[in-house]
Amino acid sequence: MRARPAARLWSHVWVHALVWLFVLFSVYPILQVVNISLRPGDQLYTTDLRLIPRDATLDAYRAILFDKPFPTWLRNSLLVSTSTALIGVSLASLAGYAFSRSRFRGRGAALQGILVTQMFPATMLLLPLYMIMRKVQLVDTLLGVVIAYVATALPFCVWTMKGYYDTIPVDLEEAALIDGASRFQAFRRVTLPLSAPALVITGLFSFMTGWSEFIVARVMLPSAELHTLPLGLESLATTYQTEWANYAAGSVLVCIPVVVLFLVLSRYLISGLTLGGVKG
Amino acid sequence: MSARGAVADLESRGGRLALWFLAPTAAVLLLVVAYPFLYNVGMSFTNWNMFHFRDPAFNGLTNYAKLLREPEFLSVLLRTFLWTGVNLVFHVGLGVGAALLLNRRLPGRPLYRALLILPWAMPQYISALTWRGMFNLEYGSVNLLLGELGLGPVAWLGGEWTAFAAATLTNIWLGFPFIMVVALGGLQSIPEELYEAARIDGAGAWRRFTAITLPMLKPVLTPAIVLGTIWTFNNLNVIWLVTKQGEPGDKSHILVTYVYKAAFTYYRYGYAAAFSVFIFLTLFGIVKIYQRAADREAF
Repeated sequence: MRARPAARLWSHVWVHALVWLFVLFSVYPILQVVNISLRPGDQLYTTDLRLIPRDATLDAYRAILFDKPFPTWLRNSLLVSTSTALIGVSLASLAGYAFSRSRFRGRGAALQGILVTQMFPATMLLLPLYMIMRKVQLVDTLLGVVIAYVATALPFCVWTMKGYYDTIPVDLEEAALIDGASRFQAFRRVTLPLSAPALVITGLFSFMTGWSEFIVARVMLPSAELHTLPLGLESLATTYQTEWANYAAGSVLVCIPVVVLFLVLSRYLISGLTLGGVKG
Repeated sequence: MSARGAVADLESRGGRLALWFLAPTAAVLLLVVAYPFLYNVGMSFTNWNMFHFRDPAFNGLTNYAKLLREPEFLSVLLRTFLWTGVNLVFHVGLGVGAALLLNRRLPGRPLYRALLILPWAMPQYISALTWRGMFNLEYGSVNLLLGELGLGPVAWLGGEWTAFAAATLTNIWLGFPFIMVVALGGLQSIPEELYEAARIDGAGAWRRFTAITLPMLKPVLTPAIVLGTIWTFNNLNVIWLVTKQGEPGDKSHILVTYVYKAAFTYYRYGYAAAFSVFIFLTLFGIVKIYQRAADREAF
């Protein structure tokens, strides 16, 4: 506030320079993928450093969108990822609340237990998981992979929700209880809305778990009409000759829904706490 | 006082609400993780491999003994620690740094936010392969850019340490946006009043960061860091794809890629299961030590 204009100008320059360094770092490899997607024919290697290749063409995008079952893959992926996000966030917002507000017996052990589920190399769990899923007839169903993804995403989501609830003063809920709200209403109407930033983080995380997962999907979803985007893209790479341009174009398209989702969600990365003027 | 009141309430009224809140999560985790885990523990005491595929037999601790006598065991273990440590430092450093920058009122902030999460948005499979392409000796843009600066081409994927460095850089790129998103969320729970009060007390930017921002970020950042450690330790994709299954000469493996090769290239399931149990116990130990350190700091 009291900084002199020259100093403020310098700090502006610094901040922008840093932001641009970050942007360069994160975007350059993506531009490589965009570049491959625009090349005519399936050239993977070139010594040309230009960002847009000499005879750029959108053929690959046309091929991906119209000649491949891309809409099917997209539909399956959207279904799987959205369900994973909705179920994951719901379960985690409840479990995290219990961990944050209640001191039941075995609480510490249960919190640890949730972490422990992540420690065993996941690929080794695949075979026995397949056997269970076959027993309950969930192999080759989208529900089967959703359950597997929810289990993958839950530990992080539960811990994050618990951590965020911990920063919200209990007094607010007490006030609601005194005003006659039920215990569940106090949670639903007071604490949950204040936790919007944590819901955004866990929602995005669960969505991404389903969106980019490949190994579980390959084992659990043999039928082509149930393939998700990562499986579909991989099928382009395993035919006789990798269709690099199509592959790259598909990957660029896969990014778009995630970026849109993040932009929509980041509006809610604003806490109710800082808006409400309640001091912890 | 008040906290005690609400807590007692959650347990008494509404028939143990806490239990109902936990039940669905517990059910899913038990279904998907518990049985496969026990199955692997059982398998680790057998000689299940391609020669005994139909008739695996109990062989006690043979697999574990074999594992400890593996000549590469120590180097793979140390490389895994190095891999986890370096990645984590950069993920948290870059992620929190980017979050602090993007938390300021910048013109074009939504655009920057969107651009910075792109590494997370792209499927890991394709970005790992893209980075592998970028480290190509003749055609990779890393060497082409070095060439423009007059620096000689580096055979990134040809040496064990350069291949490891290439995979590490790839994973740093992949992982920092996640920490950034978590930190952006965490920054929202810090009331602006705290900073104002600190400013009035004459605290400088660095002091405000260490005394307010970091401690207030801790509850949200801790799970991301603990789980990030576990995920990085067990990250199969990046090393596997960037170094093409541990090349050159299986010298760039970390524990989990080593296991993957044992299980799915050589079909040594029992051995791979024992190795996985070892990984599990190692991680468990690391997390315990970490949590003990974090607890001590809190008091």
